[in-house]
Amino acid sequence: MRGEAIWRTIYLYPLAVSFVVTGTVWSWLYNPTSGFEALFHGLGWTSFKFGWTSDRNLAIYLIVITGIWQSSGFAMALFLAGLRSVEQDLIKAAQIDGASMFRIYRRIIIPTIRPIFIAVMVVLLQFAIKTFDLVLALTNGGPGISTTVPAIYVYDLMFQRGQIAEGAAAAVMILLALAVVLVPYSLWTVWRRNRGVAHG
Amino acid sequence: MASVAIGYDPFATSGTWRRSRAKVGIYAVLTLFAAWYLLPLVVVILNSFRPLPEIAANGLIGFPHGFQLNAWVRAWSQYCIGGTCAGVSPNFFNSLMLTIPATVISTAIGCINGYVLSKWRFRGSEFLFGAMTLGVFMPGQMVLLPWAFILGHIGVSNSIAGLTLIHCVQGLSFTTLFCRNYYVSVPDDLIKAARIDGAGFWRIFRKIILPLSPPILIVTIIWQFTGIWNDFLYAIVFSSGRNQPITAAIIALGTAGQNVREFDVTSAAVLIGALPPLLIYFFGGRYFVRGLTQGAIK
Repeated sequence: MRGEAIWRTIYLYPLAVSFVVTGTVWSWLYNPTSGFEALFHGLGWTSFKFGWTSDRNLAIYLIVITGIWQSSGFAMALFLAGLRSVEQDLIKAAQIDGASMFRIYRRIIIPTIRPIFIAVMVVLLQFAIKTFDLVLALTNGGPGISTTVPAIYVYDLMFQRGQIAEGAAAAVMILLALAVVLVPYSLWTVWRRNRGVAHG
Repeated sequence: MASVAIGYDPFATSGTWRRSRAKVGIYAVLTLFAAWYLLPLVVVILNSFRPLPEIAANGLIGFPHGFQLNAWVRAWSQYCIGGTCAGVSPNFFNSLMLTIPATVISTAIGCINGYVLSKWRFRGSEFLFGAMTLGVFMPGQMVLLPWAFILGHIGVSNSIAGLTLIHCVQGLSFTTLFCRNYYVSVPDDLIKAARIDGAGFWRIFRKIILPLSPPILIVTIIWQFTGIWNDFLYAIVFSSGRNQPITAAIIALGTAGQNVREFDVTSAAVLIGALPPLLIYFFGGRYFVRGLTQGAIK
């Protein structure tokens, strides 16, 4: 790929930016009076509406989209490293044998990078469970409580309403949610390592 | 820079026409995504130089007609956040005063931890390592109460010193994990030979481990600096007012109830807050990515 370094730099830079900055800037862009809606109104499309920030059912998807904007680079970096580790000779051999690109992907590339798939999913899942600053900067948990994620809920209980005990209990609930993801993953990692040892 | 490392051509089996069409398609998708990733950065940079009346009239997304540097000056030293009108510069320096020592200390201790846990194993050292890496996944909310208790007891609540202490300790999980996984690949025979020659714990560390360490130390320092600079949870909980790091100040300025949103000044302030990690990323991107891959795969 020509200019790979430039593409990579563009795709990965959001990782270096804090969720606070990301959330703040995107919230301006989503805001009807300053962002996309204002842009299209200025261009003459006056019936254009972008009211997701004040829609209870849609506001959460703004967080999803912005979260993807921020962390998709992480997945890309890992997959890139994984794809580089796929053995070139295997692919060449398959091509000579007349395998289609789809078949090469299904039989060689995806099985090789499966551990990376799982690692990426686990890491991103635990980031998602812990999401805090992005939501605070983007929607502050609103409208209503429609985007009040667990981490925001804990913060609210402990430091806005002074219900320390309940907040602590809620924090443990976050830990449990993380355990649901992480315990099977660590068991799987240990199992895979042991199997590797057994096979020499 | 990076040459074409994937050495096969996915389109080698298809015809020329199909190949060039597919290439155009790929570049179109790449460009589209690049635009999506760059949009906020470009918007904020442009707005920090656009005059406010123009932003108010045309919205945030637009090509600048005028040019001004005033917003940067105001954001740095004059803008009012929560009653004090000194811009974000005090918060910026707070962040520096917090991030630099916390990065150096947590990296130094993590480096020694990694050395002990990989080369001076003892009964239960594997368990200890496992317990330490749990800290990588621990949600920040879990540790808020214990830290509030500790900071109160040693008298550093609502101070940069308190925040520095938190980041030093919380950062140990990461730095220990990185360094330990790196030192595991240093051959044990090297250490054994040095011990036979009569070298002790610190001498081996200084003469063998440290000279091998620069690659992992750079990764760890970049990772820690970015993470601590960008932290928000500890910042908002354990500091207030003049003691707040820049991330907390950005939130305060975003939610401050002004009548007219001064997007030019706030854009400049947000950029000031994002600049140090961005600079590190643009100049040390290679190491940044290496840190990501190491942290996740091992």
